[in-house]
Amino acid sequence: MQPEALLQKEFAIQGGDFVNAGESSCMIRNTLREIGVDSDIVRRMAIAAYEAEMNVVMYALHGTMQISVYRDEILLTIADKGPGIQDIEMAMQPGFSTATEEMREMGFGAGMGLPNIKKNADVFNITSRVGNGTKLEIRIFLDGKKTRK
Amino acid sequence: MKIREIVKAYDLHLLTGEKMQDREITGGYVSDLLSDVMAHCKKGAIWITLQAHPNIVAVAVLKEISGIIIVNGRKPEKDTITKAETESVAIMSTERSAFDVAGQLYGMGLRGTR
Repeated sequence: MQPEALLQKEFAIQGGDFVNAGESSCMIRNTLREIGVDSDIVRRMAIAAYEAEMNVVMYALHGTMQISVYRDEILLTIADKGPGIQDIEMAMQPGFSTATEEMREMGFGAGMGLPNIKKNADVFNITSRVGNGTKLEIRIFLDGKKTRK
Repeated sequence: MKIREIVKAYDLHLLTGEKMQDREITGGYVSDLLSDVMAHCKKGAIWITLQAHPNIVAVAVLKEISGIIIVNGRKPEKDTITKAETESVAIMSTERSAFDVAGQLYGMGLRGTR
């Protein structure tokens, strides 16, 4: 069982709100910096948070992003209500995107979001139910180890 | 190299970040794909792009980018300016193309970072 978090914060994300998109990720970054988390870990978590937040903004109706800091790891959980992902394996392929032309013109939809998250996480879990929503779990270990027994 | 120096040298329009002009620039990156910037642009770099919507500010904050140069005479949206002021992000604009701006900065000694 997971021990109690030393710090936990939750943020709401509104689908389609491109103006405020990224603010939750900025707040998560600031929070981690304030409590003195290693700057490389803050940077990795900020990238993962941003990509996950933008996915909610672009594709879902709404969602929540929760950061939990434990003694030996940081867990970021993003859960949304939305269309879900039909084929997760396909969605994980670099370059694959279902973004609209309008999103692509804004510089989104490069098909790098989920691969970027995976690259920066020590553990990455994604589950989705079509017509319901998607949930991501992103863990970064604080003890500098890539894997754990 | 400081933001103040490139603004002056190339007559860039400094739209936000009057107080951030002494920020040090450690390199440069050119891209219009936000995920690419998130993945590859380094802290302290100057980011050259034609994107002008508010989300570029979040990218700059998260990546600790020194400043953004918006090219091709594109004007940032009002929300972009407001956000950049709040978040202390320096935004410059120019009529010139990304190629020209990058070339000029390279000529001044800046190098690409990724």
